[in-house]
Amino acid sequence: MCGLLPGVLQLRSSFKMAAALQFPANVSTLNTYNDLYPDWTQREVSTGTTIMAVEFEGGVVIGADSRTTTGAYIANRVTDKLTPIHERIFCCRSGSAADTQAIADAVTYQLGFHSIELDEAPLVQTAASLFREMCYRYREELMAGIIVAGWDPRRGGQVYTVPVGGMMTRQPVSVGGSGSSYIYGYVDSNYRAGMSKEECLKFTAEALALAMERDGSSGGVVRLAVISEQGVERQAILGNQLPKFSTV
Amino acid sequence: MATVSVCQYHRGGFSFENCKRNALLEADINKLGFSSPAARKTGTTICGVVYKDGVVLGADTRATEGMVVADKNCSKIHYISPNVYCCGAGTAADTEMTTQIISSNLELHSLSTGRLPRVATANRMLKQMLFRYQGYIGAALVLGGVDSTGPQLYSIYPHGSTDKLPYVTMGSGSLAAMAVFEDRYRPNMEEEEAKRLVRDAIAAGIFNDLGSGSNIDLCVITKGKVDYLRPHDVANKKGVREDKINGRPETGNYRYKHGTTGVLTKAVTPLNLEVVEESVQTMDTS
Repeated sequence: MCGLLPGVLQLRSSFKMAAALQFPANVSTLNTYNDLYPDWTQREVSTGTTIMAVEFEGGVVIGADSRTTTGAYIANRVTDKLTPIHERIFCCRSGSAADTQAIADAVTYQLGFHSIELDEAPLVQTAASLFREMCYRYREELMAGIIVAGWDPRRGGQVYTVPVGGMMTRQPVSVGGSGSSYIYGYVDSNYRAGMSKEECLKFTAEALALAMERDGSSGGVVRLAVISEQGVERQAILGNQLPKFSTV
Repeated sequence: MATVSVCQYHRGGFSFENCKRNALLEADINKLGFSSPAARKTGTTICGVVYKDGVVLGADTRATEGMVVADKNCSKIHYISPNVYCCGAGTAADTEMTTQIISSNLELHSLSTGRLPRVATANRMLKQMLFRYQGYIGAALVLGGVDSTGPQLYSIYPHGSTDKLPYVTMGSGSLAAMAVFEDRYRPNMEEEEAKRLVRDAIAAGIFNDLGSGSNIDLCVITKGKVDYLRPHDVANKKGVREDKINGRPETGNYRYKHGTTGVLTKAVTPLNLEVVEESVQTMDTS
Protein backbone atom coordinates (compact mmCIF):
# COMPACT_ATOMS: atom_id res chain seq x y z
CA MET A 1 0.00 0.00 0.00
CA CYS A 2 2.68 2.40 1.00
CA GLY A 3 5.00 0.87 -1.58
CA LEU A 4 6.39 4.30 -2.33
CA LEU A 5 8.45 4.96 0.72
CA PRO A 6 10.33 1.77 1.78
CA GLY A 7 12.46 1.34 -1.36
CA VAL A 8 13.17 5.06 -1.60
CA LEU A 9 14.56 5.91 1.66
CA GLN A 10 17.47 3.49 1.82
CA LEU A 11 19.05 5.59 -0.88
CA ARG A 12 19.22 8.64 1.29
CA SER A 13 22.69 9.07 2.77
CA SER A 14 23.66 11.09 5.81
CA PHE A 15 25.19 13.71 3.51
CA LYS A 16 21.80 14.42 2.07
CA MET A 17 20.42 14.77 5.58
CA ALA A 18 22.89 17.57 6.24
CA ALA A 19 21.75 19.27 3.05
CA ALA A 20 18.10 18.91 4.02
CA LEU A 21 18.53 20.50 7.47
CA GLN A 22 17.66 24.14 7.08
CA PHE A 23 18.52 24.87 10.70
CA PRO A 24 20.91 26.51 11.53
CA ALA A 25 20.46 28.54 8.38
CA ASN A 26 24.02 29.84 8.05
CA VAL A 27 25.69 26.41 7.66
CA SER A 28 26.38 25.87 3.96
CA THR A 29 26.33 22.45 2.35
CA LEU A 30 29.39 20.65 0.98
CA ASN A 31 29.24 22.10 -2.55
CA THR A 32 31.93 24.15 -4.25
CA TYR A 33 30.64 27.69 -4.49
CA ASN A 34 30.38 28.79 -8.09
CA ASP A 35 29.22 32.23 -9.18
CA LEU A 36 27.59 30.82 -12.27
CA TYR A 37 25.22 28.58 -10.34
CA PRO A 38 23.90 30.38 -7.26
CA ASP A 39 23.40 28.55 -3.99
CA TRP A 40 19.61 28.44 -4.07
CA THR A 41 19.58 26.30 -7.23
CA GLN A 42 21.09 23.43 -5.26
CA ARG A 43 19.06 23.69 -2.08
CA GLU A 44 16.09 21.57 -1.23
CA VAL A 45 12.71 23.26 -1.24
CA SER A 46 11.48 23.86 2.32
CA THR A 47 8.23 25.20 3.67
CA GLY A 48 9.95 27.55 6.16
CA THR A 49 6.58 28.20 7.66
CA THR A 50 4.30 29.01 10.48
CA ILE A 51 1.31 26.71 10.99
CA MET A 52 -1.34 26.66 13.68
CA ALA A 53 -4.50 24.86 14.70
CA VAL A 54 -7.06 25.58 17.46
CA GLU A 55 -9.95 23.47 18.73
CA PHE A 56 -13.27 25.10 19.54
CA GLU A 57 -16.73 23.83 20.44
CA GLY A 58 -18.02 22.30 17.22
CA GLY A 59 -14.85 22.24 15.13
CA VAL A 60 -11.33 23.47 14.52
CA VAL A 61 -9.68 26.54 13.03
CA ILE A 62 -6.45 25.95 11.11
CA GLY A 63 -4.08 28.49 9.63
CA ALA A 64 -0.77 28.80 7.80
CA ASP A 65 1.41 31.33 6.01
CA SER A 66 2.08 30.93 2.26
CA ARG A 67 5.85 31.01 1.74
CA THR A 68 8.00 28.18 0.28
CA THR A 69 11.74 28.83 0.14
CA THR A 70 14.83 27.34 -1.52
CA GLY A 71 17.60 28.91 0.50
CA ALA A 72 17.02 32.65 0.26
CA TYR A 73 14.74 32.52 -2.80
CA ILE A 74 10.99 32.31 -2.38
CA ALA A 75 9.98 29.52 -4.74
CA ASN A 76 6.25 30.00 -4.17
CA ARG A 77 4.77 33.04 -2.39
CA VAL A 78 1.17 31.79 -2.50
CA THR A 79 1.56 28.21 -1.27
CA ASP A 80 -1.40 26.38 0.18
CA LYS A 81 -0.04 24.50 3.18
CA LEU A 82 -3.50 23.45 4.39
CA THR A 83 -3.91 20.15 2.59
CA PRO A 84 -7.18 18.20 2.58
CA ILE A 85 -6.73 14.58 3.63
CA HIS A 86 -10.42 13.78 3.73
CA GLU A 87 -13.68 15.70 3.57
CA ARG A 88 -13.42 17.06 7.12
CA ILE A 89 -9.77 16.32 7.92
CA PHE A 90 -6.91 18.63 6.97
CA CYS A 91 -3.19 18.68 7.64
CA CYS A 92 -0.88 21.67 8.00
CA ARG A 93 2.53 20.98 6.48
CA SER A 94 5.93 22.27 7.60
CA GLY A 95 9.47 21.11 6.83
CA SER A 96 10.62 19.72 3.49
CA ALA A 97 8.05 20.43 0.77
CA ALA A 98 8.79 17.19 -1.09
CA ASP A 99 8.59 15.04 2.05
CA THR A 100 5.35 16.55 3.34
CA GLN A 101 3.66 16.43 -0.08
CA ALA A 102 4.62 12.78 -0.51
CA ILE A 103 3.47 11.84 3.02
CA ALA A 104 0.18 13.73 2.61
CA ASP A 105 -0.48 11.98 -0.73
CA ALA A 106 0.23 8.57 0.79
CA VAL A 107 -1.96 9.20 3.85
CA THR A 108 -4.78 10.60 1.68
CA TYR A 109 -4.76 7.34 -0.25
CA GLN A 110 -4.62 5.15 2.84
CA LEU A 111 -7.37 7.09 4.62
CA GLY A 112 -9.62 7.07 1.55
CA PHE A 113 -9.19 3.32 1.24
CA HIS A 114 -9.89 2.84 4.95
CA SER A 115 -12.97 5.05 4.76
CA ILE A 116 -14.40 3.02 1.88
CA GLU A 117 -13.75 -0.22 3.78
CA LEU A 118 -15.43 1.21 6.86
CA ASP A 119 -18.26 2.80 4.87
CA GLU A 120 -18.23 5.83 7.15
CA ALA A 121 -16.26 9.03 7.75
CA PRO A 122 -12.81 8.31 9.22
CA LEU A 123 -11.74 9.57 12.64
CA VAL A 124 -9.26 12.43 12.94
CA GLN A 125 -7.27 10.20 15.29
CA THR A 126 -6.96 7.60 12.52
CA ALA A 127 -5.54 10.17 10.14
CA ALA A 128 -3.12 11.37 12.81
CA SER A 129 -2.07 7.79 13.50
CA LEU A 130 -1.32 7.20 9.84
CA PHE A 131 0.85 10.31 9.78
CA ARG A 132 2.60 9.26 12.95
CA GLU A 133 3.23 5.75 11.64
CA MET A 134 4.96 7.11 8.54
CA CYS A 135 6.82 9.95 10.23
CA TYR A 136 8.17 7.71 12.98
CA ARG A 137 9.11 4.74 10.80
CA TYR A 138 11.09 6.90 8.39
CA ARG A 139 12.20 9.49 10.92
CA GLU A 140 15.88 9.36 9.83
CA GLU A 141 15.04 10.09 6.22
CA LEU A 142 12.21 12.58 6.59
CA MET A 143 11.99 16.21 7.62
CA ALA A 144 8.30 16.80 8.29
CA GLY A 145 6.40 18.63 11.02
CA ILE A 146 2.67 18.13 10.58
CA ILE A 147 -0.45 19.27 12.42
CA VAL A 148 -3.53 17.12 11.73
CA ALA A 149 -6.87 18.77 12.46
CA GLY A 150 -10.48 18.07 11.63
CA TRP A 151 -13.97 17.19 12.77
CA ASP A 152 -15.56 13.77 13.17
CA PRO A 153 -18.98 12.79 14.54
CA ARG A 154 -17.53 10.82 17.45
CA ARG A 155 -15.24 13.35 19.14
CA GLY A 156 -15.98 16.66 17.41
CA GLY A 157 -13.15 19.06 16.62
CA GLN A 158 -9.65 17.69 17.32
CA VAL A 159 -6.07 18.86 16.81
CA TYR A 160 -3.20 16.36 16.79
CA THR A 161 0.41 17.42 16.39
CA VAL A 162 3.03 15.16 14.75
CA PRO A 163 6.33 17.04 14.97
CA VAL A 164 9.74 16.06 13.48
CA GLY A 165 10.67 12.68 14.96
CA GLY A 166 7.23 11.13 14.85
CA MET A 167 5.61 11.81 18.21
CA MET A 168 1.83 12.25 18.20
CA THR A 169 -0.19 14.06 20.80
CA ARG A 170 -3.57 15.77 20.99
CA GLN A 171 -3.53 19.43 21.98
CA PRO A 172 -6.26 22.06 22.17
CA VAL A 173 -3.98 24.51 20.42
CA SER A 174 -0.82 23.74 18.46
CA VAL A 175 1.75 25.76 16.52
CA GLY A 176 4.52 24.51 14.25
CA GLY A 177 7.19 25.45 11.76
CA SER A 178 10.18 27.77 11.97
CA GLY A 179 8.02 30.78 12.84
CA SER A 180 6.33 29.09 15.74
CA SER A 181 9.24 29.87 18.09
CA TYR A 182 8.30 33.54 17.96
CA ILE A 183 4.70 33.13 19.02
CA TYR A 184 4.75 30.60 21.87
CA GLY A 185 4.51 33.46 24.34
CA TYR A 186 1.61 35.08 22.47
CA VAL A 187 -0.28 31.81 22.15
CA ASP A 188 0.27 30.74 25.77
CA SER A 189 -0.90 34.08 27.12
CA ASN A 190 -3.85 34.64 24.78
CA TYR A 191 -5.42 31.17 24.51
CA ARG A 192 -8.53 30.57 26.58
CA ALA A 193 -10.59 27.39 26.60
CA GLY A 194 -14.13 27.81 25.27
CA MET A 195 -13.45 30.47 22.62
CA SER A 196 -16.00 30.91 19.85
CA LYS A 197 -15.32 30.33 16.17
CA GLU A 198 -14.82 34.05 15.46
CA GLU A 199 -12.50 34.45 18.46
CA CYS A 200 -10.44 31.49 17.28
CA LEU A 201 -10.16 32.95 13.77
CA LYS A 202 -8.99 36.28 15.15
CA PHE A 203 -6.56 34.54 17.53
CA THR A 204 -5.05 32.44 14.73
CA ALA A 205 -4.79 35.32 12.27
CA GLU A 206 -3.06 37.54 14.80
CA ALA A 207 -0.62 34.86 15.92
CA LEU A 208 0.33 34.05 12.32
CA ALA A 209 0.72 37.74 11.46
CA LEU A 210 3.12 38.19 14.37
CA ALA A 211 5.16 35.16 13.37
CA MET A 212 5.32 36.25 9.72
CA GLU A 213 6.56 39.65 10.83
CA ARG A 214 9.55 38.15 12.63
CA ASP A 215 10.41 34.95 10.78
CA GLY A 216 12.15 35.38 7.42
CA SER A 217 11.00 31.99 6.21
CA SER A 218 7.33 32.83 6.78
CA GLY A 219 5.32 35.38 4.85
CA GLY A 220 2.92 36.02 2.02
CA VAL A 221 -0.76 35.65 2.86
CA VAL A 222 -2.50 34.07 5.85
CA ARG A 223 -4.60 31.08 4.83
CA LEU A 224 -7.36 30.08 7.25
CA ALA A 225 -9.90 27.27 7.28
CA VAL A 226 -12.76 26.36 9.63
CA ILE A 227 -13.70 22.67 9.76
CA SER A 228 -16.95 21.71 11.41
CA GLU A 229 -19.98 19.50 11.00
CA GLN A 230 -21.25 21.86 8.28
CA GLY A 231 -18.12 21.39 6.20
CA VAL A 232 -15.04 23.49 5.40
CA GLU A 233 -14.91 27.28 4.99
CA ARG A 234 -11.67 28.67 3.59
CA GLN A 235 -10.40 32.22 3.51
CA ALA A 236 -7.22 34.15 2.82
CA ILE A 237 -6.04 37.37 4.42
CA LEU A 238 -3.86 39.33 2.02
CA GLY A 239 -0.80 41.40 2.97
CA ASN A 240 -2.42 44.76 3.36
CA GLN A 241 -5.30 43.34 5.41
CA LEU A 242 -3.11 41.57 7.97
CA PRO A 243 -3.58 42.60 11.61
CA LYS A 244 -1.01 45.23 12.56
CA PHE A 245 0.64 45.47 15.95
CA SER A 246 3.73 47.60 15.89
CA THR A 247 3.79 51.16 14.60
CA VAL A 248 7.59 51.05 14.44
CA MET B 1 18.94 13.30 13.37
CA ALA B 2 18.86 14.50 17.00
CA THR B 3 22.36 16.01 16.87
CA VAL B 4 23.74 18.21 19.61
CA SER B 5 25.32 21.36 18.20
CA VAL B 6 27.57 23.80 19.99
CA CYS B 7 26.21 27.33 20.11
CA GLN B 8 28.71 29.89 18.84
CA TYR B 9 28.15 33.59 19.26
CA HIS B 10 28.84 35.62 16.12
CA ARG B 11 30.79 38.84 16.56
CA GLY B 12 29.02 40.55 13.69
CA GLY B 13 30.04 40.86 10.04
CA PHE B 14 30.59 38.01 7.62
CA SER B 15 31.70 34.72 9.15
CA PHE B 16 34.44 32.91 7.23
CA GLU B 17 34.34 29.86 9.50
CA ASN B 18 32.70 27.64 6.91
CA CYS B 19 35.16 28.69 4.21
CA LYS B 20 38.01 27.53 6.47
CA ARG B 21 36.23 24.28 7.12
CA ASN B 22 35.57 23.74 3.41
CA ALA B 23 39.21 24.41 2.56
CA LEU B 24 40.32 21.84 5.14
CA LEU B 25 37.87 19.30 3.74
CA GLU B 26 39.00 20.04 0.17
CA ALA B 27 42.63 19.44 1.17
CA ASP B 28 41.76 16.21 2.96
CA ILE B 29 39.78 14.91 0.02
CA ASN B 30 42.53 15.78 -2.47
CA LYS B 31 45.12 14.02 -0.30
CA LEU B 32 43.11 10.81 -0.60
CA GLY B 33 43.18 11.21 -4.36
CA PHE B 34 39.51 12.08 -4.83
CA SER B 35 38.14 15.34 -6.18
CA SER B 36 35.55 17.34 -4.28
CA PRO B 37 31.95 17.16 -5.56
CA ALA B 38 31.34 19.38 -8.56
CA ALA B 39 28.67 22.06 -8.55
CA ARG B 40 25.54 20.64 -10.13
CA LYS B 41 24.68 22.73 -13.18
CA THR B 42 21.26 24.18 -13.83
CA GLY B 43 22.31 26.46 -16.68
CA THR B 44 18.91 27.25 -18.15
CA THR B 45 15.95 29.56 -18.18
CA ILE B 46 12.55 27.90 -18.54
CA CYS B 47 9.16 29.31 -17.76
CA GLY B 48 5.46 28.93 -18.34
CA VAL B 49 2.33 31.05 -18.10
CA VAL B 50 -1.40 30.28 -18.10
CA TYR B 51 -3.41 32.58 -20.35
CA LYS B 52 -7.03 32.84 -21.50
CA ASP B 53 -7.14 29.81 -23.84
CA GLY B 54 -4.26 27.66 -22.59
CA VAL B 55 -0.60 27.72 -21.58
CA VAL B 56 2.57 29.09 -23.12
CA LEU B 57 5.86 27.35 -22.28
CA GLY B 58 9.23 28.91 -23.04
CA ALA B 59 12.88 27.87 -22.86
CA ASP B 60 16.34 29.03 -23.92
CA THR B 61 18.52 26.68 -26.00
CA ARG B 62 21.94 26.58 -24.36
CA ALA B 63 23.39 23.37 -22.89
CA THR B 64 26.53 23.83 -20.78
CA GLU B 65 29.28 21.51 -19.62
CA GLY B 66 31.02 23.43 -16.87
CA MET B 67 31.97 26.78 -18.41
CA VAL B 68 31.76 25.54 -22.02
CA VAL B 69 28.66 25.61 -24.19
CA ALA B 70 28.10 22.01 -25.22
CA ASP B 71 25.08 22.60 -27.44
CA LYS B 72 24.09 25.98 -28.85
CA ASN B 73 20.64 24.88 -29.98
CA CYS B 74 19.31 22.10 -27.81
CA SER B 75 15.61 21.48 -27.33
CA LYS B 76 14.42 21.82 -23.75
CA ILE B 77 10.67 21.57 -24.34
CA HIS B 78 9.87 17.86 -24.24
CA TYR B 79 6.79 16.03 -25.48
CA ILE B 80 4.78 14.24 -22.83
CA SER B 81 1.48 13.68 -24.61
CA PRO B 82 -0.41 15.43 -27.43
CA ASN B 83 -1.82 17.95 -24.97
CA VAL B 84 0.98 18.10 -22.38
CA TYR B 85 4.54 19.38 -22.78
CA CYS B 86 7.33 19.74 -20.23
CA CYS B 87 10.35 22.08 -20.05
CA GLY B 88 13.38 20.67 -18.27
CA ALA B 89 16.20 22.34 -16.34
CA GLY B 90 19.04 20.65 -14.47
CA THR B 91 21.07 17.67 -15.61
CA ALA B 92 20.22 17.28 -19.30
CA ALA B 93 20.27 13.47 -19.26
CA ASP B 94 17.95 13.37 -16.25
CA THR B 95 15.34 15.70 -17.75
CA GLU B 96 15.46 13.89 -21.09
CA MET B 97 15.05 10.38 -19.68
CA THR B 98 12.55 11.32 -16.98
CA THR B 99 10.24 13.01 -19.48
CA GLN B 100 10.55 10.11 -21.90
CA ILE B 101 9.73 7.54 -19.23
CA ILE B 102 6.68 9.44 -18.04
CA SER B 103 5.58 10.11 -21.64
CA SER B 104 5.72 6.39 -22.35
CA ASN B 105 3.84 5.44 -19.19
CA LEU B 106 1.25 8.13 -19.80
CA GLU B 107 0.58 6.84 -23.31
CA LEU B 108 -0.03 3.33 -21.95
CA HIS B 109 -2.23 4.79 -19.22
CA SER B 110 -4.18 6.79 -21.81
CA LEU B 111 -4.77 3.66 -23.90
CA SER B 112 -5.95 1.87 -20.80
CA THR B 113 -8.39 4.60 -19.72
CA GLY B 114 -9.44 5.47 -23.26
CA ARG B 115 -9.16 9.20 -22.50
CA LEU B 116 -6.83 12.06 -23.24
CA PRO B 117 -4.27 12.20 -20.40
CA ARG B 118 -4.53 14.88 -17.73
CA VAL B 119 -1.79 17.26 -16.67
CA ALA B 120 -2.39 16.33 -13.03
CA THR B 121 -1.65 12.67 -13.88
CA ALA B 122 1.67 13.57 -15.45
CA ASN B 123 2.43 15.72 -12.41
CA ARG B 124 1.66 12.87 -10.01
CA MET B 125 3.83 10.42 -11.95
CA LEU B 126 6.75 12.84 -12.15
CA LYS B 127 6.67 13.85 -8.47
CA GLN B 128 6.41 10.25 -7.27
CA MET B 129 9.38 9.19 -9.40
CA LEU B 130 11.55 12.13 -8.35
CA PHE B 131 10.70 11.63 -4.66
CA ARG B 132 11.63 7.99 -4.96
CA TYR B 133 15.11 9.04 -6.04
CA GLN B 134 15.37 11.58 -3.22
CA GLY B 135 16.72 14.42 -5.36
CA TYR B 136 19.53 12.44 -6.99
CA ILE B 137 17.76 12.80 -10.34
CA GLY B 138 18.55 16.45 -11.02
CA ALA B 139 15.45 17.35 -12.97
CA ALA B 140 13.64 20.63 -12.34
CA LEU B 141 10.60 20.74 -14.62
CA VAL B 142 7.90 23.11 -15.79
CA LEU B 143 4.92 21.01 -16.82
CA GLY B 144 2.06 22.55 -18.75
CA GLY B 145 -0.93 21.43 -20.77
CA VAL B 146 -4.63 21.63 -21.45
CA ASP B 147 -7.06 18.86 -20.58
CA SER B 148 -10.75 18.41 -19.82
CA THR B 149 -10.36 20.37 -16.57
CA GLY B 150 -8.75 23.35 -18.32
CA PRO B 151 -5.22 24.74 -18.73
CA GLN B 152 -2.79 23.88 -15.93
CA LEU B 153 0.82 24.68 -15.07
CA TYR B 154 3.03 22.93 -12.52
CA SER B 155 6.60 23.44 -11.35
CA ILE B 156 8.33 20.27 -10.21
CA TYR B 157 11.52 20.31 -8.13
CA PRO B 158 14.24 17.59 -8.07
CA HIS B 159 13.23 16.36 -4.61
CA GLY B 160 9.65 15.79 -5.67
CA SER B 161 7.74 18.82 -4.46
CA THR B 162 5.33 20.49 -6.89
CA ASP B 163 3.46 23.78 -7.07
CA LYS B 164 0.41 24.52 -9.20
CA LEU B 165 0.60 28.17 -10.21
CA PRO B 166 -0.46 30.60 -12.97
CA TYR B 167 3.17 31.45 -13.81
CA VAL B 168 6.43 29.67 -13.00
CA THR B 169 10.13 29.90 -13.83
CA MET B 170 12.99 27.43 -13.26
CA GLY B 171 16.72 27.13 -13.82
CA SER B 172 19.66 29.43 -13.11
CA GLY B 173 17.99 32.25 -15.05
CA SER B 174 14.71 31.87 -13.18
CA LEU B 175 15.19 34.97 -11.03
CA ALA B 176 15.63 37.16 -14.11
CA ALA B 177 12.59 35.61 -15.78
CA MET B 178 10.49 35.83 -12.61
CA ALA B 179 11.24 39.53 -12.36
CA VAL B 180 9.64 40.03 -15.79
CA PHE B 181 6.63 37.91 -14.84
CA GLU B 182 6.05 39.64 -11.52
CA ASP B 183 6.06 42.97 -13.34
CA ARG B 184 3.81 42.19 -16.30
CA TYR B 185 1.68 39.12 -15.59
CA ARG B 186 -2.08 39.57 -15.67
CA PRO B 187 -4.74 36.84 -15.44
CA ASN B 188 -6.59 35.92 -18.69
CA MET B 189 -4.15 37.45 -21.17
CA GLU B 190 -4.59 37.12 -24.92
CA GLU B 191 -2.32 34.75 -26.84
CA GLU B 192 -0.07 37.40 -28.39
CA GLU B 193 0.47 39.14 -25.08
CA ALA B 194 1.24 35.87 -23.33
CA LYS B 195 3.76 34.89 -26.03
CA ARG B 196 5.41 38.30 -25.78
CA LEU B 197 5.61 37.99 -22.00
CA VAL B 198 7.21 34.54 -22.11
CA ARG B 199 9.59 35.64 -24.86
CA ASP B 200 10.68 38.62 -22.77
CA ALA B 201 11.09 36.52 -19.64
CA ILE B 202 13.36 34.03 -21.42
CA ALA B 203 15.25 36.92 -23.02
CA ALA B 204 15.87 38.34 -19.55
CA GLY B 205 17.36 34.99 -18.56
CA ILE B 206 19.45 34.75 -21.74
CA PHE B 207 20.99 38.20 -21.44
CA ASN B 208 21.45 38.35 -17.68
CA ASP B 209 22.42 34.77 -16.81
CA LEU B 210 25.63 33.19 -18.04
CA GLY B 211 24.15 29.72 -17.92
CA SER B 212 21.44 30.58 -20.45
CA GLY B 213 21.78 31.72 -24.03
CA SER B 214 21.12 31.35 -27.76
CA ASN B 215 17.54 31.18 -29.00
CA ILE B 216 14.08 31.28 -27.46
CA ASP B 217 11.78 28.30 -28.02
CA LEU B 218 8.08 28.62 -27.36
CA CYS B 219 5.29 26.06 -27.08
CA VAL B 220 1.68 27.29 -27.13
CA ILE B 221 -0.83 24.68 -25.99
CA THR B 222 -4.55 25.21 -26.41
CA LYS B 223 -7.55 22.90 -26.49
CA GLY B 224 -6.96 20.71 -29.51
CA LYS B 225 -3.91 22.54 -30.88
CA VAL B 226 -0.19 22.78 -30.10
CA ASP B 227 2.17 25.34 -31.68
CA TYR B 228 5.74 24.18 -31.22
CA LEU B 229 7.73 27.27 -32.23
CA ARG B 230 11.36 26.33 -32.49
CA PRO B 231 12.95 28.78 -32.75
CA HIS B 232 10.48 31.48 -31.95
CA ASP B 233 13.14 34.14 -31.63
CA VAL B 234 16.77 33.92 -32.69
CA ALA B 235 17.99 36.33 -30.04
CA ASN B 236 21.68 35.69 -30.67
CA LYS B 237 22.48 35.62 -34.38
CA LYS B 238 25.97 34.32 -35.20
CA GLY B 239 28.10 36.94 -36.96
CA VAL B 240 29.70 36.50 -40.41
CA ARG B 241 33.49 36.21 -40.70
CA GLU B 242 35.47 38.70 -42.86
CA ASP B 243 36.64 36.20 -45.47
CA LYS B 244 33.20 34.73 -46.21
CA ILE B 245 32.01 37.98 -47.72
CA ASN B 246 34.28 37.36 -50.71
CA GLY B 247 32.26 34.24 -51.50
CA ARG B 248 35.13 31.85 -50.72
CA PRO B 249 34.66 30.23 -47.30
CA GLU B 250 38.21 30.19 -45.91
CA THR B 251 38.87 29.53 -42.28
CA GLY B 252 41.19 31.94 -40.57
CA ASN B 253 42.35 33.65 -43.76
CA TYR B 254 44.02 36.85 -42.75
CA ARG B 255 45.13 37.89 -46.19
CA TYR B 256 44.10 41.46 -46.89
CA LYS B 257 44.11 43.45 -50.13
CA HIS B 258 47.10 45.66 -50.96
CA GLY B 259 46.29 49.10 -49.70
CA THR B 260 44.23 47.93 -46.64
CA THR B 261 46.95 49.39 -44.46
CA GLY B 262 48.33 52.67 -45.75
CA VAL B 263 52.15 52.85 -46.25
CA LEU B 264 53.64 56.02 -44.79
CA THR B 265 57.39 55.53 -45.38
CA LYS B 266 59.50 52.93 -47.10
CA ALA B 267 63.22 52.41 -46.49
CA VAL B 268 65.18 49.65 -48.28
CA THR B 269 68.60 48.64 -46.91
CA PRO B 270 70.51 46.13 -49.11
CA LEU B 271 72.57 43.70 -47.06
CA ASN B 272 75.74 42.62 -48.96
CA LEU B 273 76.51 39.12 -47.81
CA GLU B 274 79.33 36.81 -48.98
CA VAL B 275 78.75 33.11 -49.49
CA VAL B 276 81.23 31.47 -47.10
CA GLU B 277 80.20 27.83 -47.19
CA GLU B 278 77.66 25.85 -49.16
CA SER B 279 76.49 22.34 -48.27
CA VAL B 280 73.59 20.24 -49.50
CA GLN B 281 71.76 17.79 -47.30
CA THR B 282 69.24 15.55 -49.03
CA MET B 283 65.88 15.01 -47.35
CA ASP B 284 64.96 11.43 -46.51
CA THR B 285 61.81 11.03 -48.58
CA SER B 286 61.67 7.23 -48.66
